[in-house]
Amino acid sequence: MAELVSQEMFLNMGPHHPSTHGVLRLIVQTDGEIMRRAVPDVGYLHRGIEKIAERVTYQGFMPYTDRIDYVSAFSGNLGYALTVERLAGIEVPEKAEYLRVIAAELARMGSHFIGFGAVLLDLGAVTPFVHALRERETYNDLMEMLCGARLTHNYARIGGVSHDLPEGFKEKTLKFIDHLEYEFIDEFNNLISFNSILVKRFANVGVVSAEKAIEYTLVGPNLRGSGVQFDLRRDDPYSIYDRFDFEIPVGKGKFGTVGDCYDRYWIRIQEIRESCRIIRQALEQMPEKGEIRTKIPKVFKPPKGEIYVRTECPRGEMGFYLISDGGKSPYRLKIRTGSFSAMSILEELSQGVMVADLVAIIGSFDIVAPEIDR
Amino acid sequence: MEQHELIEKVKVTCQDSIVRIEEMPNDDVLVEIKKEEILSVMDILKNDPELKFSISNHLGVDNGENYAVIYNLYSYPFKHKITVKACLDHEHPEIDSVESIFQGMNWFERETYDLLGIKFTGHSNLKRLLLPPDWEGHPLRKDYVYPDFYNQIDNRRPDLCD
Repeated sequence: MAELVSQEMFLNMGPHHPSTHGVLRLIVQTDGEIMRRAVPDVGYLHRGIEKIAERVTYQGFMPYTDRIDYVSAFSGNLGYALTVERLAGIEVPEKAEYLRVIAAELARMGSHFIGFGAVLLDLGAVTPFVHALRERETYNDLMEMLCGARLTHNYARIGGVSHDLPEGFKEKTLKFIDHLEYEFIDEFNNLISFNSILVKRFANVGVVSAEKAIEYTLVGPNLRGSGVQFDLRRDDPYSIYDRFDFEIPVGKGKFGTVGDCYDRYWIRIQEIRESCRIIRQALEQMPEKGEIRTKIPKVFKPPKGEIYVRTECPRGEMGFYLISDGGKSPYRLKIRTGSFSAMSILEELSQGVMVADLVAIIGSFDIVAPEIDR
Repeated sequence: MEQHELIEKVKVTCQDSIVRIEEMPNDDVLVEIKKEEILSVMDILKNDPELKFSISNHLGVDNGENYAVIYNLYSYPFKHKITVKACLDHEHPEIDSVESIFQGMNWFERETYDLLGIKFTGHSNLKRLLLPPDWEGHPLRKDYVYPDFYNQIDNRRPDLCD
């Protein structure tokens, strides 16, 4: 009998592969079902946002921040607005701060619906994705009520927000978070989170230790999944997050090792509940009447200087490093995103895993390609 | 530790490597260092038991007369922030790669090389990251000229008013 010859094979996964979450290419070197290496090839969605920033005015850059991470557009708005405000020393009215927190937490939930919905879809579970997207639809409706746009909100302004609360928004939001807290999360967990097939696909796969997570600059839910209790909303508070009472879920190795795919997935589910708590408190405490925007001059020129501001976005911290030369547009604006660092760990993490597990690993990091490429 | 205490501490530990050190907005500390000393400074910042910094961001910037590389560090145990800056000359922007100390900087430095053309000596894989390998020039340089063509693809836009 002839001897069986095993041969290594190079495969292209993407740029148009349904499970790569945007236009992302992986060059996969396989030996049968075992993966030797997966080298990410990014840049297909590079739009040069940082270069554009150097050519437009400070206010004019706001719509571009929607497109850094379009799944949670408001998070980008908020980070950029905060950066410019802190450099120029602009005070934001009380009511606008509450509106920002409410929109940011809604955006976090809206993003997590896609995040854990899509990874389940990648693993072959179609129904939970539809359930998650049903909730995302309500989030879209709420944001549409608030600012008129369903995907790229462009809601924050330097010095405040663009619109006040519309009539009926508060009731609708309360109904939505009641539904999430008391119905959706438990139903979803019973449907899929504790499903033994999912647990077997996720537990002990793609384990990232706490040291490695910090070494590779992982942030947000991916960092907390590795057991590091760190959340910018609590540890380096911005806006008015220090007024709210909420927990920070961390990975504890629920069904396997600390830092595996299941921990990262489970953190996102728990964060929905925490976001609901924050929104509930914010709606209660928010003043009825008040200014929503500080007036800034039409030709806005912040003082000369440098600043680095980070905010906690659904995919981890988004940092804006702004250098101003006192002119009408930023001299240099660097945007540091969570997906970028999550992608850079993939090459090391993918060595020696099964090919099917690669899909679980990419999905569990909740990568959004335009955020990597910017 | 407050900002001024951190400044005193860094002044003592890094001494001769420092060009200037000052407070930065957002509770940050800006320390400009000599570019030859980047590895020793990073090593101290990472391993000193009272600092224990890990890296969180990196960028390059074209200042016109020179280039600068900037590293944002954050200490998870002590919650300090520090920004390390080194200026490079305009003709041959080159600096040691900090990849050997902070592994996660691999991709960040590749991006800076790609967009600004700053060379990182000792980097394990210094190739373009975001732009295609046959791209000419480095777009984030201030003297960058937009190409009219890329692989026979016309980048020029017809003027709609003509």
